[in-house]
Amino acid sequence: MRPDLSAMDTLPPSPGSTVAFEKTALDILIATLRQRGYTVVGPTVRDDAIVYDEIGGVTDLPIGYVDEQEAGTYRLRRWEKDTFFAYTVGPYAWKKFLYPPEERLWEVRRENGTLRFTEAPLPTEQYAFIGVRSCELAAIRIQDRIFTGGPYVDPRYQARRERLFILAVNCTRAGNTCFCASVGSGPQAEGPYDIALTELDEVFIAHVGSVLGGQILAEVPHRPATEEERAAAAERVQATARTMRRALDTTDLRDLLFNHQEHPHWEDVATRCLACTNCTLVCPTCFCFSVEDLTDLQGESAWRVRRWDSCFSQAFTYTAGRPARQSIASRYRQWLTHKLAGWVDQFGVLGCVGCGRCITWCPAQIDITEEVARLREQPPQTERSPS
Amino acid sequence: MPGGQRKPKLAVWKFTSCDGCQLSLLDLEEHLLAIVGRVEIAYFLEASRATVRGPYDISLVEGSISTPHEAELIKEVRKQSRFLVAIGACATAGGIQALRNFADVRAFVDIVYAHPEYIRTLREARPIADYVTVDFELRGCPISRYQLLELISAYLHGRQPSIPTYSVCAECKRKGVVCVLVSQGVPCLGPVTQAGCNALCPTYRRGCYGCFGPMESPNPLSLGRRFETLGVPPADIIRLYRTFNAFAPAFREGSEHYEQTSSHAHD
Ligand code: SF4
Ligand code: SF4
Ligand code: SF4
Repeated sequence: MRPDLSAMDTLPPSPGSTVAFEKTALDILIATLRQRGYTVVGPTVRDDAIVYDEIGGVTDLPIGYVDEQEAGTYRLRRWEKDTFFAYTVGPYAWKKFLYPPEERLWEVRRENGTLRFTEAPLPTEQYAFIGVRSCELAAIRIQDRIFTGGPYVDPRYQARRERLFILAVNCTRAGNTCFCASVGSGPQAEGPYDIALTELDEVFIAHVGSVLGGQILAEVPHRPATEEERAAAAERVQATARTMRRALDTTDLRDLLFNHQEHPHWEDVATRCLACTNCTLVCPTCFCFSVEDLTDLQGESAWRVRRWDSCFSQAFTYTAGRPARQSIASRYRQWLTHKLAGWVDQFGVLGCVGCGRCITWCPAQIDITEEVARLREQPPQTERSPS
Repeated sequence: MPGGQRKPKLAVWKFTSCDGCQLSLLDLEEHLLAIVGRVEIAYFLEASRATVRGPYDISLVEGSISTPHEAELIKEVRKQSRFLVAIGACATAGGIQALRNFADVRAFVDIVYAHPEYIRTLREARPIADYVTVDFELRGCPISRYQLLELISAYLHGRQPSIPTYSVCAECKRKGVVCVLVSQGVPCLGPVTQAGCNALCPTYRRGCYGCFGPMESPNPLSLGRRFETLGVPPADIIRLYRTFNAFAPAFREGSEHYEQTSSHAHD
């Protein structure tokens, strides 16, 4: 027997507490966020995939959809249940909001014989993300370090990030390309979030992560979660971890990469890799960009743009007269080595959170977990490194 | 790069082509006046019969070299031009007419013309760079008018043009397009094709046709193998690689590979 949902507490649930609410009441939660001025972004179906876009309410969510993912393949289908969050991650990570694909940084105009520089105004967007998965939270934690850790803070990322509201969702179904459990980033959401939901058949179990999260939940009819419900929620997430098919063995991973720079396997990958950049652009942690100065025709104004770029682009490696990494082998090696070894030294974490996007969205079906396994298998050889 | 106060002289040349690329210049409608304010359009028959003699600061060259006459003329254009830009698939790869390079052009001539003896044509249609030094190439069938504007703007201000050489996929991803190859199993040439169209076809849920030719480090055989796993027959893979940029080395490698391995090559 479940307690009456209308028996609402008068005080907002405090951080650390766990409550339950009817699934359709998520609509009230979204409406509350909108009333408070948030641009609410969440999963929605567009062009045969689930993408993150602005949503108005629960009817925009992919209710009853699941995705089937394999290396180089993504298919969306409906199933018999009215689940809200049974799918996993789609092609586009949240980074497209916090760190947009293209931004103007400043511009300069000629005015009465002088140059007038204007910095692009700081972004004012106030986003609420609905349905952030644990791997994606891990990725946000990593990008926080990259863009706001240390002495040089990116003010544009920081401005969006500071105002961000996060509603996380614990995964109750593992995708075929997911491997978060093996890299310690899921499927149970860890902070930072304001609220984390686990979907049961009838209700959402909501864990309150912040005071603000509690205040928002206070607007939604809810009640304390029962012991049974909490156990059921935990079991669903554990089952997700148990059924995850892929894994990345992280044992001595940093050294594996650094010690295998001359491994013949890099040339093997290069026969398959298209250097198309997809893996890096879908990756929620990859942050490389290029900066360009552009001008108008009249020479009245110039401006600087920052765009997502990729270590797979040959032009991106241009240094001192020529591209430093001309072969695809050297670029694939650079990507994997930076991600799985260099990051550890640079940011204190692996650059991979196991979301599986680079596997699913690779047109050539290259699988990061398999490539690492192959590097482990074969003996290192002292060959000339790819140039 | 231009010096002094004199407006740089711009010329537009046409070789074997459909005129579509030159038209991109006229298509720049809202920017056309600004362009005319900054450059002297000295030779552009598509727009005006009035011509100014060379030498020219910038020459935009459209079309492939397909006849003995053109092979001579391009040398003259080169002599008259400081900065020569090949524009479009014909000028940069030979264009659709380079399909004849894979067959016997005399046989076509005999079928098409009542008096084949009057036709003087080269066995192969080839890009401008096979005949003279080319300073820059704008890809596309047709070219992107934004890239054309960017090139002129960069030239005027003595800076590097922002013309990317990576794949169409990067444009898809920045634009938020859902990959048609991965989500629908549609064969798409985007991974081997140079960006510049802003992912036009994938935006409309079509596979890329490769109008912009090979990207900086294409891997046509790997993409071909992926098409095979999607169930695309070899004859269709040949057709995919054999369109506007059929004679570009990487696409040629792709089609010839399947021609060698397939018995349906000429169906
Ligand atoms: S690994 Fe795959 S997605 Fe990444 S560049 Fe290579 S082919 Fe493209
Ligand atoms: S490397 Fe691949 S699996 Fe790892 S976080 Fe990036 S996209 Fe996800
Ligand atoms: S649709 Fe085509 S161009 Fe776009 S990402 Fe997919 S393979 Fe690349």
